[in-house]
Amino acid sequence: MKWFWCCFFTFWPILAVIVCLASPSLGWWFPGASASPLGERIDDLFYMILIISAITFIGTQAGLAYVLFRGAADTDKDPSHKAWFSHGSHELEVIWSVVPAFILLFIALYQMDVWAEYRVKDAFPQQKMRSVLERLGQERDEDSSLALAEVTARQFEWRIRYPGFDPETGDLLPLMPEPQATDLYAVNDLHLPSSSPVMINLKTMDVQHSFFLPELRIKQDAVPGLVIPIWLEANEQRTYQLLCAELCGWGHYKMKARFVAESEEDFLDYLHRLHEEQNYDRVENSEDVAAE
Amino acid sequence: MSSIAATAGSSDHGHSAHGEDRLALLKAVPFWSTDHKVIGIQFLLTTILMLMVGGALALGVRWQLSFPWENMPILGALFANAGGQVSPEFYTMLFTMHATVMIFLVIIPVLAGAFGNFLIPLMIGADDMAFPILNALSYWIMWPAAFCFAASMVFNDGLGPNAGPAAGWTSYPALSAIPEAAPGSGWAQFWWLLGVTLVGVSSMMGSVNYMTTIINMRAPGLTLFRMPMTIWGMFITAILQAFALPVLTAAGFMLMADRVFGTCFFVPSGLVVNNAAPTVGGGQTLLWQHLFWFYSHPAVYIMVLPAMGMVSDMLSCMCRKPLFGYKPMVYSLAAIAGLGFIVWGHHMFISGMNPALGMTFMVSTIMIALPSAVKVFNWIGTIWGGRPVFNVVFLNCVAFISMFIVGGLSGIFMAAVPVDIYIHDTYFIVAHFHYVLFGATLFGVFGAIQFWYPKMFGRYMSEGWGKLHFFLSFAGFNGTFFPMHLLGVAGMPRRYADPYLYPYLEHLLPLNQFMTLSACVMGFAQFILIGNIILSWFFGKKAGRNPWNANGLEWTAPSPPGHGNFDIPPIVYRGPYEYSHPDRESDFWPQTEPPEAPKPVPQQDPEPAPA
Repeated sequence: MKWFWCCFFTFWPILAVIVCLASPSLGWWFPGASASPLGERIDDLFYMILIISAITFIGTQAGLAYVLFRGAADTDKDPSHKAWFSHGSHELEVIWSVVPAFILLFIALYQMDVWAEYRVKDAFPQQKMRSVLERLGQERDEDSSLALAEVTARQFEWRIRYPGFDPETGDLLPLMPEPQATDLYAVNDLHLPSSSPVMINLKTMDVQHSFFLPELRIKQDAVPGLVIPIWLEANEQRTYQLLCAELCGWGHYKMKARFVAESEEDFLDYLHRLHEEQNYDRVENSEDVAAE
Repeated sequence: MSSIAATAGSSDHGHSAHGEDRLALLKAVPFWSTDHKVIGIQFLLTTILMLMVGGALALGVRWQLSFPWENMPILGALFANAGGQVSPEFYTMLFTMHATVMIFLVIIPVLAGAFGNFLIPLMIGADDMAFPILNALSYWIMWPAAFCFAASMVFNDGLGPNAGPAAGWTSYPALSAIPEAAPGSGWAQFWWLLGVTLVGVSSMMGSVNYMTTIINMRAPGLTLFRMPMTIWGMFITAILQAFALPVLTAAGFMLMADRVFGTCFFVPSGLVVNNAAPTVGGGQTLLWQHLFWFYSHPAVYIMVLPAMGMVSDMLSCMCRKPLFGYKPMVYSLAAIAGLGFIVWGHHMFISGMNPALGMTFMVSTIMIALPSAVKVFNWIGTIWGGRPVFNVVFLNCVAFISMFIVGGLSGIFMAAVPVDIYIHDTYFIVAHFHYVLFGATLFGVFGAIQFWYPKMFGRYMSEGWGKLHFFLSFAGFNGTFFPMHLLGVAGMPRRYADPYLYPYLEHLLPLNQFMTLSACVMGFAQFILIGNIILSWFFGKKAGRNPWNANGLEWTAPSPPGHGNFDIPPIVYRGPYEYSHPDRESDFWPQTEPPEAPKPVPQQDPEPAPA
């Protein structure tokens, strides 16, 4: 029976490794390659940790299997022979403290850049964000917000506020912290230009939510009372999924929305369409009606 | 040897003076008792009952995830007017209460309450706890707590299946602070908070008791560095409890005040929740997260350190070999506890707190893997060159190590902030903490039940049924939780009543069904454990004082120990891990056995490598 248990504890890590190796082909893995440059770097970090921890996993489980088989074999050989009377080894303790310490410290320090770029406002690619806004023809000055939209989560939907157009010049206005009469609104449908970094402000109207774009590897909680800037950059012009990742009540699972990354022209067209819809007074061709 | 047997009675097998009524402790369980052993067994039986309750709630969650919106068996009758489906409100209640029951009524009390109570006086040679009445209160206050949790499940402005706290066990405001925020955020949340407070009172009474007992009541000769690892684990856990718990209790009262008296500790102004009037006041929801995790992260270690200690003791005994690196084991326990106080922020990487804090917490969190790694290496070192007995105790201990490796490694992914951006609040974290809390702690507890059962009831538990239970639990556990890592990488968020609403998650349904099947195997396997415990009370093989030939002080007392524990006051001469000493005939050397020769105990002799 003891040989069975030795094999048992050897077998399951092997099975685990096989399942992990097979899972990408079975679809139990990332939802496609990352669709943003930042996401690609997150994936690279993930794979780096995966390789280090896979080596550690195989190493420690193999060590465990070895001592089990060794112990089972030793009890067979000579039942009267005693176990190794050892209280430990100072050298081994030093080795297996210092080596993991360096590996762990390396892992920790290696993560800093990506985190800073994603989250520390000074490290945001601000120059690129500004140039996108200028290409869209926004009337900006130095203090204008870099955000292109404001996403407000609420039970159980995403409300999006875009800046509107100047009624006189027809140019895009900068996003103001407070809602403006010219602002444009959409629900569960976030449109943004692709292929360059754009920033949005994240808010919540009621409880905590979390803005999750799995394909772009982006997640940020929306916290009551805070406005949190996040930036994203979609590689491709297509539709992505937007979900809530923080428990927000019974309907948490159904805060389904889409994020459409499109060209800058299409984005402006979309804003113009929103503008027309919102300013449509429901009186169609009033002159024709009068003529009849 | 004969003189030793006369003084300590350590080699007394088969019969003992107090062994007449083996169920003496069990018979005292339904009543008020200040005997630490009775209280320990009271805790043990209660937590096993609660384990089944928590498991049933988990199976409800699994049902919905594998057969979304299908009529639920048995419980579906509650929803007859909704066609027998589980409502999303009920689903949020299920996972909230699953976590609550498992954490507050199973894992914490089974370690500190059951084994802490039973083992601390026995292992340090005391006749009882320092404060026996406080100790009894710490058990009996669990029942009002359980009552409050039960009330919160069914009672929310009236009875109904859609009641129940809905904010998760973390109870983040504003969801938990504003009664309009969710169907379960009304009275159900109130009862829930009251329950958590009462559990906290229970833990606090236990923790001051354990600290005082361990510091003041050790037997003569039992220096700190002769204490078994179990006692170290309990001691450090008690310190953690004492320093961290007041923060949670205070936070709980603040949240209660927000709900009842209209204060605004956690509620910022201007929130419009569910079309209610806008909130006033300038609170901050992140404050709750800081306060909550300041307790609840150390609580994670409260939920594993005692099990680490018990596994160290059991492994050493079952391998007939001294614990590898006793002092590094003690220091790493202390390091985990110390670092445990400065890592709470890793629960909040994407919560919107200052990103610079995220970096600091990442470094401290990743470094906590270091003492954990040292412990794993030392456990493997303990088996290395040993003569392992492949019994149920040993198997559960090996499972503990094997599962803890997985839980530790997956923690590194979560600790790395950029990677956490993606896997935060997905099933990856669910996999991670189940590998630590079930995979490590509960397997350790299964082993501990088997190991100390003869001391509690004077009989062995069945090895055969124990092995079957272990096999099914282990297979079911890994079948349930290993795929959760993959679900997490696939981006499946946790706490979703219906993840298949999203096209990129649809293909994960068959995997989820397999996991539910495994969870059923694991859940129903626990009936074997219960059967084994009950049947062994009457039909188990009789055990003497020292059935495992172990060194610890508890094995010199009768099985079960009478009131006052020891018939001969123990005196301690050495550490608890002197197995297979080359100069001795027998392969164990009880702590109480006086040294035969005048020469000192050769602790630092050059050690021969294993042949």
